[in-house]
Amino acid sequence: MWKFIVKRLVSMIPVLLGVTLVIYLIMSMAPGDPAKVILGEQATPEQIAALRDELHLNDPVLVQYARYIGGLLTGTMGKSYNSGLECGIEIMARFPNTVRLASVSVVLSVVLALPLGVIAAVKQNTIFDGASMVFALIGISMPVFWLGMLLILFFSLRLGWFPSSGSEGLKSLVLPAVTLGFQHMASIARVTRSSMLEVIRADYIRTARAKGVSENKVITKHALKNALIPTVTVIGLQIGGMLGGSVMTESVFAWPGIGRLMVQSINKRDIPMVLGCVIMFSVSFSIINLIVDVLYGFIDPRIKSQYK
Amino acid sequence: MSEKKYAVEIEDLVVEFKTDDGIVKALNGVDLKIEEGKTLGLVGETGAGKTTTGLSILRLVPSPPGKIVSGTIKLNGESIFEKPEEEMRKLRGKAVSMIFQDPMTSLNPVMTVEEQIAEVIELHEDINHSGAIQKAKEMLELVGIPGERGTEYPHQFSGGMKQRVVIAIALACSPSLLIADEPTTALDVTIQAQVLEMMKDLRNRLNTSMLMITHDLGIVAEICDTVSVIYGGRVIEHGSLDDVFNNTRHPYTEGLFRSLPNLDDRTSKLKPIKGLMPDPINLPEGCTFYPRCDYAMEICKTVKPSKVYRNDEHYVECHLYDENSVKEGGKIGK
Repeated sequence: MWKFIVKRLVSMIPVLLGVTLVIYLIMSMAPGDPAKVILGEQATPEQIAALRDELHLNDPVLVQYARYIGGLLTGTMGKSYNSGLECGIEIMARFPNTVRLASVSVVLSVVLALPLGVIAAVKQNTIFDGASMVFALIGISMPVFWLGMLLILFFSLRLGWFPSSGSEGLKSLVLPAVTLGFQHMASIARVTRSSMLEVIRADYIRTARAKGVSENKVITKHALKNALIPTVTVIGLQIGGMLGGSVMTESVFAWPGIGRLMVQSINKRDIPMVLGCVIMFSVSFSIINLIVDVLYGFIDPRIKSQYK
Repeated sequence: MSEKKYAVEIEDLVVEFKTDDGIVKALNGVDLKIEEGKTLGLVGETGAGKTTTGLSILRLVPSPPGKIVSGTIKLNGESIFEKPEEEMRKLRGKAVSMIFQDPMTSLNPVMTVEEQIAEVIELHEDINHSGAIQKAKEMLELVGIPGERGTEYPHQFSGGMKQRVVIAIALACSPSLLIADEPTTALDVTIQAQVLEMMKDLRNRLNTSMLMITHDLGIVAEICDTVSVIYGGRVIEHGSLDDVFNNTRHPYTEGLFRSLPNLDDRTSKLKPIKGLMPDPINLPEGCTFYPRCDYAMEICKTVKPSKVYRNDEHYVECHLYDENSVKEGGKIGK
């Protein structure tokens, strides 16, 4: 098991190299000169040329990239073009906010989705099943930014129950967490339902019934653990998606996390900051995937025996 | 006729499955009786309704799509269709248990083997968890698997070992009726013999009655007291082992015997029954077997044959016979 984890951690290195390279190329090809953006409208061509030199923007892209990676190896993400501060400091200051938002959303969506999916499967073709699947369909189809705006309109402006932006206290967490979690809850519920439907028709469920196991126990003890295997995969992917979704949610609710930081940095052509955020997202995504894979092993002994 | 006690009595059982293509008539009036301590072999082709009959006794026909339309099933004289679910659950695994056909899929892949055996023991016996685990290990030993392997998962076992675990689960609470659905199909012949021996031993020690569902006539000859031949969801011939094997009446039963390889004459060719099982959605109006029958007559196409008794036990559902001619035999060629 430990060998497996170390192997997976090592395999993150090429992933990170690839991701940073792609982002570096895209950012350097994007229209707009970082030097111009930093100095503003009134800057003279001489000033711009001097700053471009200072930022090494005239070097070939691959040389710039190599310099950036060299910096990473010595433990620095470079200075933000915008604030002039070390990127890592700002990212680390904002990262806990994103984690807080994402984890509340995950817990919220899983806690709602699992029972919803299980009951929908057990009561297949009843009104409850239909209603919960329509609910899930709405959730999947609704774009995050639109749902966010609707929630703000209704709960902040009309009812005044929750603040529309900011990050003070639990109250301000509610709307962003619901916005971010709703879509994921919908997908998790659907996957849980379909894998549960498959499992409750399995022969070993019939065996359990033939033993005289009560229907509740058949579902919770025998069926659920088997049905969780595909569900956990989706939850893992969803957490990754949530980090991406946080880019939009954080922008809508002015939530001070790294999703919003990244959007702001892209607008300002702040290449080191964008890269820093992307690295943070990629590392989190890889680690979450690793955790999901390890979790598999605890759910399914057949998979555990392959972790060598 | 002396009063016989029956472990299970099934009368006129009709079971249907609703599918998108139409109503599948799985059982069309099955009659079946097993005397206490005796073994009945239920013989027939795939799809004839053997497994559905077994599941009906446990009241575990999947519903929907399955539905028990009519008929009665009595376990030790008590009708099971009137019992509340709670009471039925207490019977399952204790009074009646079933060995399922496919060992590869019949065990829960995420539970250890001993947990799966211990579960049934804990449910029906007054015993704590560690006691049940201990007993589960003993059950494993009984079916020829070292007890310490109980902590392993099904995927670590071979097919034959899994089948033995399924058998151990079924036998764990010493049921008075054991439904064995092709218990040896997945096993190689040497293990087959061991498993049959084990089941015979159980029957002798605990006076267990058995419903042996199989298509292997060799197993029937080995272990059964009576035989019911099922075709198209009806028992078309029933009798003692000797009746059915040596005084075969139904052309279908005869066809089953002719489909067996002949060990004495290895050059002789098999004589399979021509054609296929009828589509259970569109069963023939008269005798379900007539399209494949060498002796089919006009009447067979339209009128369902009723039971003709050769003796107290042995009956056949075939238009070839009336009450007199069924005793003479010789209607069907050897």
